[in-house]
Amino acid sequence: MALLQITEPGQAVDPHQRKRAAGIDLGTTNSLIASVREGVAETLPDEQGRHMLPSVVRYTPGGIILGDAALAQAANDSMNTIVSVKRLMGRGIEDVSTLGDQLPYRFSASEGGMPRIETVSGNVTPVEVSAEIIRTLVDRASTTLGGELDGVVITVPAYFDDAQRQATKDAAQLAGANVLRLLNEPTAAAIAYGLDSGAEGVIAIYDLGGGTFDISLLRLRKGVFEVLATGGDSALGGDDFDRAIATWIVEQSGYAKPLAREQLRGLLMESRSIKEDLTDREKVDIDFDRDGVKFKGVLDQATFDELVAPLVDASIKACRRAVRDAGVELGEIHNVVLVGGSTRIPQVIDKVGVFFGKAPLNAMDPDKVVAIGAAVQANVLVGNKPDDEMLLLDVLPLSLGLETIGGLAEKIIARNTAIPTVRAQEFTTYKDGQTAMLIHVLQGERELVTDCRSLARFELAGIPPMVAGAAKIEVMFNVDADGLLSVSARETSTGTQASVEVKPSYGLSDNEITSMLQASFEHAAEDADQRSLREAKVESGRVIEALGNALAEDGVALLMASDIQALQQAIEKLQSLSEGEDHLAITEGTELLGRASEEFASLRMDAAVHKALAGRKIEEVDNEV
Amino acid sequence: MDFNKNYFEIFGLPVDYAVDLDLLADRFLGLQKEVHPDRFAARPDQEKRLAMQWTTLVNTANETLRAPLPRAIYLLGLRGIELEHNPTLPPAFLMEQIDLREELESIEEGAGDLEELDAFRQKMTRVMSDVQAEFADALDGDPGKAERVVYELQFLTKLMVAANRLEEKLLDY
Repeated sequence: MALLQITEPGQAVDPHQRKRAAGIDLGTTNSLIASVREGVAETLPDEQGRHMLPSVVRYTPGGIILGDAALAQAANDSMNTIVSVKRLMGRGIEDVSTLGDQLPYRFSASEGGMPRIETVSGNVTPVEVSAEIIRTLVDRASTTLGGELDGVVITVPAYFDDAQRQATKDAAQLAGANVLRLLNEPTAAAIAYGLDSGAEGVIAIYDLGGGTFDISLLRLRKGVFEVLATGGDSALGGDDFDRAIATWIVEQSGYAKPLAREQLRGLLMESRSIKEDLTDREKVDIDFDRDGVKFKGVLDQATFDELVAPLVDASIKACRRAVRDAGVELGEIHNVVLVGGSTRIPQVIDKVGVFFGKAPLNAMDPDKVVAIGAAVQANVLVGNKPDDEMLLLDVLPLSLGLETIGGLAEKIIARNTAIPTVRAQEFTTYKDGQTAMLIHVLQGERELVTDCRSLARFELAGIPPMVAGAAKIEVMFNVDADGLLSVSARETSTGTQASVEVKPSYGLSDNEITSMLQASFEHAAEDADQRSLREAKVESGRVIEALGNALAEDGVALLMASDIQALQQAIEKLQSLSEGEDHLAITEGTELLGRASEEFASLRMDAAVHKALAGRKIEEVDNEV
Repeated sequence: MDFNKNYFEIFGLPVDYAVDLDLLADRFLGLQKEVHPDRFAARPDQEKRLAMQWTTLVNTANETLRAPLPRAIYLLGLRGIELEHNPTLPPAFLMEQIDLREELESIEEGAGDLEELDAFRQKMTRVMSDVQAEFADALDGDPGKAERVVYELQFLTKLMVAANRLEEKLLDY
């Protein structure tokens, strides 16, 4: 029997017992991981000091490349470089085909109806692509925090439906992460600013990222965050601001021909850096001369404001609508939080302030605020703050229901219902002798089935034949704390137990998850061997080359002929070893050669010291000996 | 906590149609702070499952007591009264319902005036609160009447949902 650990109230957990937890912001453009260390939540950088990991995964015959390196090649190898995979999460093959023109990928369907992206190293699902990003971040955190993570919190947009949430959780599972909780992004931002312990009222979260704009209104009431309304524009973001500047430069330059892809890319990169410079400068000098587009001039703040005003105004319009949707007055909104890199633009800060009638909160880095909020929540959930009173009660973002006769959706659980929750509804047969019933699970607010998202379909068979209306079919909806649904159905009138558990479509089937996990383990072992071999070969090559050079330079001067011959034989031996596949033998051979050449190395060192001291050549030093 | 307690007992409230909603909210949040699965995120699976069951029960109880119609149906259920699927309603009430439906349809077919719709919804709110008062009066002395009143409340609630849908439509959402 396990013994319980007893902690006196008010006493901190023993620092050695502290668990490792992290918050992950799995973004469309960039992803981050953050953790609470010594009481401070902060994002964790990679070895090069980069905090943001571009959410880009490139599949090559030689392996997977992630982040900045993958992004750099996105244009040259677009078919195999998956960007913005978040947009594909929890989407069916039909949904994805409607995005067809915008996406360079080739799709095929998988077992669960999930799209698979065809790449040079095989077909991958959006879940697998996301898992690669999560794995990279989790590895980074494990290295930084000095051990495997006990749990993670992953953020999702407030409007994500059940299938999208399930897909996100599947990706984390595939990456081997223990998911403590999925957290709504706007809620995470509010937590980062400590608003969960602040005054009750309505909070607006304005999130303008690289490619998407989201506005969410939350109500905090007695420690409960309730999502009142979400809105936005999935095709409005910082990229549009870059495009506005690029268009202006082209107009100014007088270049009249249509732009080639390469030209546009160069222009957009230049525009992006101009935009960034304009966040804290009044004007930026431009001297652009590339691919035939030539412009020398100045872009000042006023002109830039004019260029992007329509974009900012479009976001404010979406805010107005969300406020109306939420059924609140502007005066009730007592805090406005800015999230996303594009909220650094002064005009955005001004216009948001004017619309909501108060200065928005922007003291924190808008790129990091979601990850930081997730880290705070992960730290609490993993048990590092046993006395913390914070509790976030989530609500269901979209109503759940069933298809009924006539293609109508009947709601079983209404949106904004506190979760976890369970709801049972009774249905009956409509034909005499009916022995099966099709259960079609839907999510959405609309009346017609065709306007709702189809989550799952399954058949309840084995209903005993009865007259119409006599059978009693109980359909049970079960929603867990992450907003994930399972549905079961059984016939109750005769005691016949026929029950089915379903998972939403476009999630992974259990079979698929198992086989993917297996594949990733096998891959991992295989990859490790491959890597060791490659590293051993690289190291032996380095030693051989260095010793060869040294012998050519100083061998005759410092060694006797027999020593030179012995070393040359040792080099040849290692050379032949490293043409083989045995990484252990190669490593051993490398070490042997290292030892054999130790004396030569120290002789050279002495000689070099002499030379440095005297400023003379080795031959001269040698002559003196 | 005890799974056999009724929803009122869970929150320590009197079994009565009149519910102090502020007190309910306080007790609900107090219980959630004890049983929510987030409190057990780092605990063994068995405890997590139990937390999930408790929280689900607390949520269901809260939602049932919070809204007037589910609360009325639940109170009848505690007295062993199950609602019929196709109840017979007094002709006078049905006539009134037809009038209200037609009024809503004419708002929809007409100019779709939001102010007219607001006035209609205010009228509905008044009618519904009268019906609720009737239910509270009848529950103890005349459960049969209370049951009939609940059928009326069901009708009115459905109509109110239709009115809210129309508003969304008029606002082009």
